[in-house]
Amino acid sequence: MPEIRESLQRVKFYQTGTFTVGNRLLDQSLRTVQATGERANAITSGHRACQGCGEALGARYAVDAAMRAANNKLIAANATGCLEVFTTPYPETAWQLPWVHSLFGNAPAVASGVAAALRAKGRTDVRVLAQGGDGGTTDIGFGCLSGMFERNDDVLYVCYNNQAYMNTGVQRSSQTPGAARTATTMPVGKEPGNPFGTGKFVPAIAMAHNIPYVATASIHDLHDLEYKVTRAMEFHGARYIEVFVTCPLGWGSRPGDTLKIARMAVETGIYPLFEAEYGEVTGVTKIRNRRPVEDYLKLQRRFAHVLKPGNEWQLEQIQAAAEKNIRKYGLI
Amino acid sequence: MLRQIDGSFAVAEAVALCRPEVVSCYPITPQTHIVEHLGELVKDGHLKGCEFINTESEFGAMSLCIGSSSAGARTYTATASQGLLFMMEAVYNASGMGLPIVMTLGNRAIGAPINIWNDQTDAMSARDAGWIQLFVESNQEAVDVHIQAFKLAEALSLPVMVCMDGFILTHSYTRIDMPTQEQVDSFLPPFVARQKLDPADPVSMGAMVGPEAFTEVRYLAHYKQLEALELIPKLAAEYDAIVGRDSGGLLKSHYEGDAETVVVTMGSVIGTMKEVLTPMRAEGTSIGAITVRSFRPFPKDEVYEALKNAKRVIVFEKALAVGLGGILSSNIRWALRGTATPVYSVIGGLGGRPITRPSLRTLFEKGVKDQLEETHFLDLNLDVVKRQIDREREQTGSGPAAENILRDIGALRAAKTA
Ligand SMILES: Cc1ncc(C[n+]2csc(CCOP(=O)(O)OP(=O)(O)O)c2C)c(N)n1
Ligand code: SF4
Ligand SMILES: [Mg+2]
Repeated sequence: MPEIRESLQRVKFYQTGTFTVGNRLLDQSLRTVQATGERANAITSGHRACQGCGEALGARYAVDAAMRAANNKLIAANATGCLEVFTTPYPETAWQLPWVHSLFGNAPAVASGVAAALRAKGRTDVRVLAQGGDGGTTDIGFGCLSGMFERNDDVLYVCYNNQAYMNTGVQRSSQTPGAARTATTMPVGKEPGNPFGTGKFVPAIAMAHNIPYVATASIHDLHDLEYKVTRAMEFHGARYIEVFVTCPLGWGSRPGDTLKIARMAVETGIYPLFEAEYGEVTGVTKIRNRRPVEDYLKLQRRFAHVLKPGNEWQLEQIQAAAEKNIRKYGLI
Repeated sequence: MLRQIDGSFAVAEAVALCRPEVVSCYPITPQTHIVEHLGELVKDGHLKGCEFINTESEFGAMSLCIGSSSAGARTYTATASQGLLFMMEAVYNASGMGLPIVMTLGNRAIGAPINIWNDQTDAMSARDAGWIQLFVESNQEAVDVHIQAFKLAEALSLPVMVCMDGFILTHSYTRIDMPTQEQVDSFLPPFVARQKLDPADPVSMGAMVGPEAFTEVRYLAHYKQLEALELIPKLAAEYDAIVGRDSGGLLKSHYEGDAETVVVTMGSVIGTMKEVLTPMRAEGTSIGAITVRSFRPFPKDEVYEALKNAKRVIVFEKALAVGLGGILSSNIRWALRGTATPVYSVIGGLGGRPITRPSLRTLFEKGVKDQLEETHFLDLNLDVVKRQIDREREQTGSGPAAENILRDIGALRAAKTA
């Protein structure tokens, strides 16, 4: 059993993973961290995330899983973004672990610095986590991220990908998908929304650095997210996990649909779930119940125009991209 | 121990004596030799317990320092010019967070036009970044001030930038009296962080602060710098007592007795100046010079004391606030507010332009007769400037100014030799 410090808040509610029944049937040792009495509650209650925020949910599970793996000896570096802002509104903080926020684009380097300090001091017992949104991670922080990867610094980086710059009011990032409406890619003109043929898939770029561990996860399968974080913590060196997180505010979705949308992203093939070690894919989550992309799109106002007459070509492109993922990663 | 070494090597050795735990590095002339040598010292085992990290950019280098200092490690890096600008967001962040990082700035011009040579524009670009900025005049001072910088930074929990003129100091071989490890250890205790990321006592660092408290946080930063005004001379005296020489402080006077005209400057140029001023004084001219060692915090009371009896002040600086004039001189004027003392601003040595004795002599001779403009550019080639101004007046598409000027200088030279 991991040791629990007195300063950590005890569990208030019984919480389970998504596969609720499955979780209860699991052996104690395999149950979600959130369902155990030992969860660190590293992001405690009272933060200011929107209702149904996928990032808040993903971060809670990811950080607590990392806390368990690190025997609660974990230090986190955070990029500027929603997660940082909603957890540390002055004069409060939701963090119950040592946590540092420096800038928008430098969380990977700050984490590398923390890791270097720990190494210099011989503190092999303390582990380092870095986290940020897709903008902080894959755009402005990309140089620092790549530097941290190629030096193989002992940091687990978790990117919460909500496919836009949410904290500043939903602008396009390199993770914004084709056709999506953002404040800087409005659904007007001949090609409404974000142009197709742009953007980048950062997990694949992370793999190209040959780092020990890369994985994608989604908040609809929190047990899998916890598993991937736990697995990542078994390695030393640079590790990267990208979590697909719904943003009701930015996507124009109902807060109650947060998990459903994330599940649809995976079940349509839009967001592939896999893990990779040293640049090679070692595991893929198969699609359990394949859906057409409409089932994903129709839940979000940012895609409303895609389902209107005249924009069938956009729907086709999105469907084709999903099918390409299914082929490429062997999702069925 | 006496050694004949270059400035970069000397600084690296001095930093190593301070037992840094994390050194981050990114190459840029003229500071690169410092971190290169530190890397070697870590690798060959001379500098133990230190992590040396090559980063992907200066922004990464300073960000890494922010992380390591937050985790309680004594942290060092060095940069110059474009490198300082590239890391600037993190430079402000380090001071805002109160992290006692020590950084050497090998002073160099800022482009465009790109120029690798010495002036102090880079340091001036960070003058309001919240770092303590100490300027050194020699490599011996560079060694001594770096050692004091760690103690100062850690006592106040503020970052310190040690500014040394690029090439003129970083690349010159001089005799250095290197303190021993015992001397440094007796001066500089191990680093105990004021704030630290520690699982045994979790804190949130870098939290958001709104209008309710932002002014107070900024005021505290100012207050800490004012505390440095007391601490800098105190630490210098403490250090000087150990090594037996004058090495630091807020200001340095380079003359005894009175002077009607006082020259004020920063950094290594005082070396050349002394060669001009000493004979002038011997000839009976009432002129002397002081150097500002601590530019931030700015010792305005000490400057006032040093200049209050002067009839005129000539501020010589290797930087230009475009659209205003001098930067150091503006600060000196602030120190002399309420007095009628004229303060002449002289801009010289930009982008490595040699500052020659004859030019200085002419300058000071004019200066003591109050014949200088308010802002004077030393050795400015007005022919070249006029040509370009005319060209821009006549042609809308007159092309890149820097290239035109280079061409004009070539033409002028050819005309002279023809
Ligand atoms: C250098 C810099 N540029 C821009 C910003 C403004 N900014 C703060 S957070 C943010 C968006 C964050 O987006 P993302 O990283 O995707 O995180 P999210 O809020 O979506 O979780 C931006 C643009 C900043 N703080 N610093
Ligand atoms: S804007 Fe989106 S990411 Fe930000 S707190 Fe709200 S739901 Fe979460
Ligand atoms: Mg985002």
